[in-house]
Amino acid sequence: MTSHFLKSRTLWISVAVLAVIGLFGAFLLMWRPAIDPIERPTTFDTAQLQRGARVVEAGDCAVCHTRPGGEYLAGGLPLVTPFGTLFSTNITPDKQTGIGQWSLPAFKRAMRQGIARDGHFLYPAFPYVHYRRMSEGDIADAYAYLMSGPAVHAPALQNQMNFPMNIRPLVSFWNLLFLHGEPLKPVAERSEAWNRGRYLVDGPGHCAGCHSPLNLIGAEKSSEYLQGGSVDGWNALALIGMGQRANPWSREQLVGYLRADVVDGHGTPAGPMRPVSLSLARLPASEAEAIAEYLLSLQSPHSVTETTPTTQPGPPADHSTGALLFTSACAGCHGPAAPMREIDGRPGLQNTSALQASSSRNFLKTVLEGVPAIPGSPGPVMPPFAASLDSDQLGALAAYLRQQARPDQPWADLSSTIEALRQETK
Amino acid sequence: MSQITLNVNGAAQPLALEPDMPLLYALRNHLNLNGAKYGCGLGQCGACTVIVDDQPVFACLTPCAGLEGKKIRTVESLGSAEKPGPLQAAFIEKQAAQCGYCIAGMLMRAQSLLEQNPHPDEQTIREHMAGNLCRCGTHLRIIEAIKQVAGHNGSLT
Repeated sequence: MTSHFLKSRTLWISVAVLAVIGLFGAFLLMWRPAIDPIERPTTFDTAQLQRGARVVEAGDCAVCHTRPGGEYLAGGLPLVTPFGTLFSTNITPDKQTGIGQWSLPAFKRAMRQGIARDGHFLYPAFPYVHYRRMSEGDIADAYAYLMSGPAVHAPALQNQMNFPMNIRPLVSFWNLLFLHGEPLKPVAERSEAWNRGRYLVDGPGHCAGCHSPLNLIGAEKSSEYLQGGSVDGWNALALIGMGQRANPWSREQLVGYLRADVVDGHGTPAGPMRPVSLSLARLPASEAEAIAEYLLSLQSPHSVTETTPTTQPGPPADHSTGALLFTSACAGCHGPAAPMREIDGRPGLQNTSALQASSSRNFLKTVLEGVPAIPGSPGPVMPPFAASLDSDQLGALAAYLRQQARPDQPWADLSSTIEALRQETK
Repeated sequence: MSQITLNVNGAAQPLALEPDMPLLYALRNHLNLNGAKYGCGLGQCGACTVIVDDQPVFACLTPCAGLEGKKIRTVESLGSAEKPGPLQAAFIEKQAAQCGYCIAGMLMRAQSLLEQNPHPDEQTIREHMAGNLCRCGTHLRIIEAIKQVAGHNGSLT
């Protein structure tokens, strides 16, 4: 009786101790203190503000933190993730709704650990896994620039995250798994430009956020670094082995593309890459040159899969409908003798990345949505064809152009991709 | 040549057309609907804008083949010189036209917005109208005219 009682008592004590340890561990893991609010600084160093403006541009802050038609950096852009919809927040120095009360240490903690000033966990859609690799100086410069801007009163919109991702403290487990990496140190045997490029790509530019595949819980697969991902329904190209492809990128082409130019042989950035390239175009050309230097040094670990011919000999397909549609809808800008090619640099389509890619998605998306004008920014405009071409016509057009670009590899999935895209854009 | 029946402004129009003919040419040359204009032929200016189902399209880049069964509407469907529709009346009141070449396209693009969103704010109007250009520079009056109809006193019907 006594021994039974003792046993059960020992058991209960062990359980209680474990529970206390567990609670303590969970507390340590999931609780972060608030950092005291401050009065917004009023004086700034002009040179620091200029540097900060460039950091904010290189970090693409405004790409997510400004909604179309909204105030600069006041947030409100919906970010659709597999776990629900997030709305970017206000990072103007507004006291109530922005970061006006954030001290530099609070800002640094957000950038390096993904914790807001009041101690709540930020979602990893905010790329603190990359920003933590930035230099102290760059983070301080970005802070000064953000705090010096006009304060906009714009309360955060309610996120619509699915259970359990709507419980922010759970992000701590994600951080435990994926939040590592120190500020980047230059590699001595590499050039200054290469090191600068690597810093921009892995730090502020957070290229891998879109250009690496994500795992089931939305973290970049480090084993497939920059091997291509997807964002907003677009395929983000693999950034490794860019010089080794069937349609290789030269340094000059890549620099032009990164700066939103129309590049003969590849086209121009569309979709989510367009605002990124417009940001890069506002920076000194040396930044895009450095990125190109670094990216072109990345060799593909496996042989180029895109050159593997598909084994579908079959009878030659009839592309007359596609050819007709090209004449009628596309040739004015993209035909061999099109004036727009002469006077405004519209690309021939055969060598564009979209038509060379193994998936038809980016080509179809470009035709459906066009390349919209961005008010205040120069650049080509392509009209959307979603309402002008029906799905059969779009399929015929895509098959015809793919045949011109890669006769050995017809796209197999056209009609299903078109239907999927039409559903996505509804 | 192929036989294509287009539904234009509520009437079925059987036509013999080259299948790669853009809608704009069928409207102007075969149906005598000269409201929509040829501007650039490249989808860059919007003078040819018409509505297909409920979406504004550039008629210069929209092949006729594939439009069977869809409802095409041109500026002629909004009203006439004698009886202008509400949006047309607002354009006249605000004197939104100078040379007038872009106006049919402007009207149809604005019409498509107001049908889906009867009371857009100015920012929405500006974004929606961004695809249509006016070389005379009357954009501000055009926006005023659309705002008048979009205001709570205005109505499309």
